[in-house]
Amino acid sequence: MRAAFTVPIALMTMLAGAAEIHAPAQITAGNPITIQTSGSGDATFYLIGQTEASKRKVQAGADIKVDSLELERAGIYTAILCASDGCTSANFVVNPAAPNRLSFLVHPSRVPVDSPNRISAVAVVQDNFHNIVLKPEPVKFSVLPQDGKEVSATRQSENGVAWVRLSSAKKEGPARLGAAIGHANEVRVVRQVAAEACNLRIKASRTKKDFLIETDPVKDCSGNSVPDGTVVSFTKVDSAGKANVDVPIKRGVAKVELPVQGRAKITVASGVVTGNELEIGGGQ
Amino acid sequence: MRRTLPVVLGVVTIILVILAWLQSGGVERRTLRSASTPEQAVRLMLSQIQTHNFDAAYNRLANRNDVDKNTFVREFTGSYGSLLTIGALEGFDVAILHATDDQATARARLHYTTGVGPLDDTRDLNVQRNAETWRVVWPIDTRAKLAPQVIPVNYLRWDIINRGASDDWGAQNVDSPQVRIVSMNAIQRPDAVVLVGEVVNEDSVPAYVNVGATLLGSNDEEIAQESSFDKIAHTLLPRQVSPYRIDFPNMRLDKVKNVRMDAKALLIAASADPVIAVDQQKLETDPLGKKILTGQLTNESGQIISIPHVIAAYYDNNGKVIWVSDGYVAQALLPQMPVSFAVDLPPDIAKNVQTYRVIVNHYEQTT
Repeated sequence: MRAAFTVPIALMTMLAGAAEIHAPAQITAGNPITIQTSGSGDATFYLIGQTEASKRKVQAGADIKVDSLELERAGIYTAILCASDGCTSANFVVNPAAPNRLSFLVHPSRVPVDSPNRISAVAVVQDNFHNIVLKPEPVKFSVLPQDGKEVSATRQSENGVAWVRLSSAKKEGPARLGAAIGHANEVRVVRQVAAEACNLRIKASRTKKDFLIETDPVKDCSGNSVPDGTVVSFTKVDSAGKANVDVPIKRGVAKVELPVQGRAKITVASGVVTGNELEIGGGQ
Repeated sequence: MRRTLPVVLGVVTIILVILAWLQSGGVERRTLRSASTPEQAVRLMLSQIQTHNFDAAYNRLANRNDVDKNTFVREFTGSYGSLLTIGALEGFDVAILHATDDQATARARLHYTTGVGPLDDTRDLNVQRNAETWRVVWPIDTRAKLAPQVIPVNYLRWDIINRGASDDWGAQNVDSPQVRIVSMNAIQRPDAVVLVGEVVNEDSVPAYVNVGATLLGSNDEEIAQESSFDKIAHTLLPRQVSPYRIDFPNMRLDKVKNVRMDAKALLIAASADPVIAVDQQKLETDPLGKKILTGQLTNESGQIISIPHVIAAYYDNNGKVIWVSDGYVAQALLPQMPVSFAVDLPPDIAKNVQTYRVIVNHYEQTT
C-alpha cells in the first residue's frame, strides 16, 4: 500500500526536477521535526509513514512542521513536496525512543515445586510507542518468593528480547516475577503447586454401618500439601465384588465410607502414584 | 382432467395413511387386542407403550392395583432429566422363556432411541392368564423413595478469569492444564482398529480433555484420523485418570506403521462434586450369553445426576489396558439411591481380563 503511494510520486519528482525538500536523516520516535523546503507558491506536502499517510497544503520555500504524533512508529518515512513545477521527496529514518515499556511473558502460570529450569521469563523491550528497541539494553529480572528475599539479575537484550530460565522453589505458594527497564516494571505471578503425592497412606475405622477409609494428610515429597480437589482413587475388593470411588481431597485428606462384606482388600492411588494396601473386615 | 387430480391425491393420501398405520404397528395392535397368548400380551402392552398409549398399557396389567400409574409411565418416559426423557421406544423383541397353562415368563428386549444413540434394555416379565386373556404382571418398584431433605454440600469449585480482550498480548494469562497419555494399546478387531489407553490430568486444575489419534502408513502418510468422542471422561479433576477408546472402522492394523497421539486439554470451570461410588463390580455372563461387567452406582452427593455414563477399562495380567467399554444408564442417579449398570465386552477379550476399573461421567440437567 505504502509502495503504491510512494513509487509513482517519486517517479514524478525525478521526471519533473522540481523544488527541493530537506528532512533530517535520523530522528527519534515521538519528536517533532521541521522539514526545510525551497521554491515558491502553493504546494502539497505528503508524509508517508509506517502506519499512516497524511496530506496538507503548504507554501513551498517555507519550513514544514511535522507533529510528534505523526512520528511515533519507528521505520522509514518519505516526505514529498509537490509544487507547480513538480514533486520532490526525501526519506528519513525514525528510530525507537528510549526503552520504557516491557511485554513480559512468563510461562507456565502454574508449576510443580522443585522443577529445575521450568519457568521461562521473556521480556520484549519497547519504547513508549510500542516500538521494539533493537539495540542491546539491560533488563533487570527479579524473583520475589512468598516469604523470601528478592533475588535479581540483569540480562542484556538481544534484538529487543531478554530472557531468563528459573527453577521453582521447594515450597509451594505464589512467586512474583518482575522485569524492569526505564520506568517499566512488569510483575507476573507464578503459582508453585505441590508435586504429585508421596507416601500416600490410608487407614480404616469402623462407622455404624460401614468402614471409613481415610488418607493421612496428602503431601508431596517436599512436604507440601497436595491441593484440595486432587482426586484420590479408593479401590475395594471383597466378596461382593470390586468397588472404586474417585474422591477429591478436602481439607488435606480424602475419605470415603465403604460397605465391606467379609474380608476386604483396599488400595489407594492418586494419578499414577499408588499408596499402601489395607486388609480389613472380619470384625476388625 | 379436473376430477382426476383430486381423485389421485385422495388415493395417495389414503395409501400413505395406511402405510403409516402399518408402520406404527397397527396390524399388530389390531391382531393382539385379544392377547390370547403370553407373547401377544407382552407385545400388545409394548406396542401401546410405543405409541404412548400409556392408559391402555396400564389398564392391561394384571397387577395394576399394586403398580402406581405414574411410576409405570416414568419407566418408559424417564424422570429427573434422565436419558429416557430424550428418548423413545423404537422397537422390541419378545421371547417366551417358559410357559404353563396359567403362567409364563417372557423376555422383552426394548430398543430405545436416545439423544446419545441406541439403548437396549432387557426385562424378564411374568405373564398370567385371567380367564381367556393373558396379562403382564409388572414388577413392583420396591426401591425406597427419595425423602425430601436438605443435603449440605461443601464442594470445591474452580472458576477461571482469563486475560481480557483489551489486555496486551504480553499480559499474564492462565495456562492450559498439563495432561499426559499414560498408556496406549492398538488392537485389531474384526471390523476395526481400536486404540485403548488411559490419560491423566497432571495439573492442579480441572481439564477438559480430548484424545485424538492419527494412523500413519508405511510412508508416514496419514491414513485416518479419529478422536475418542464420548469414550472418555472429558472433565478430569487434578490427578484423575480416564480410560479412552478410539475406533477406526474398516481399518487393518497391518497397514499402520505408526500412530500419532494427541491429547488436547482446555482449562474449564468445574466442580469436585458429585462423587459417585461404583460398587459390587463383577464380570458376569448375562442371560443372553454375553460377557458383561455389572455393578451399582451410588451418588454420594446431593445433586441429582441426570445421565450417568459408565466407562470401564480392562487390564490384562501385565496391567496393560486391553479394552475400554462404555454405556449410558437410563435412570437418573438420585442421592444415595443405588442404580445398577452393565456394560458388555467382547468374549475373546473377557478371557484375558485380569482386573478392571470403572469411572462415571455425568451430565446434569440444567434448569
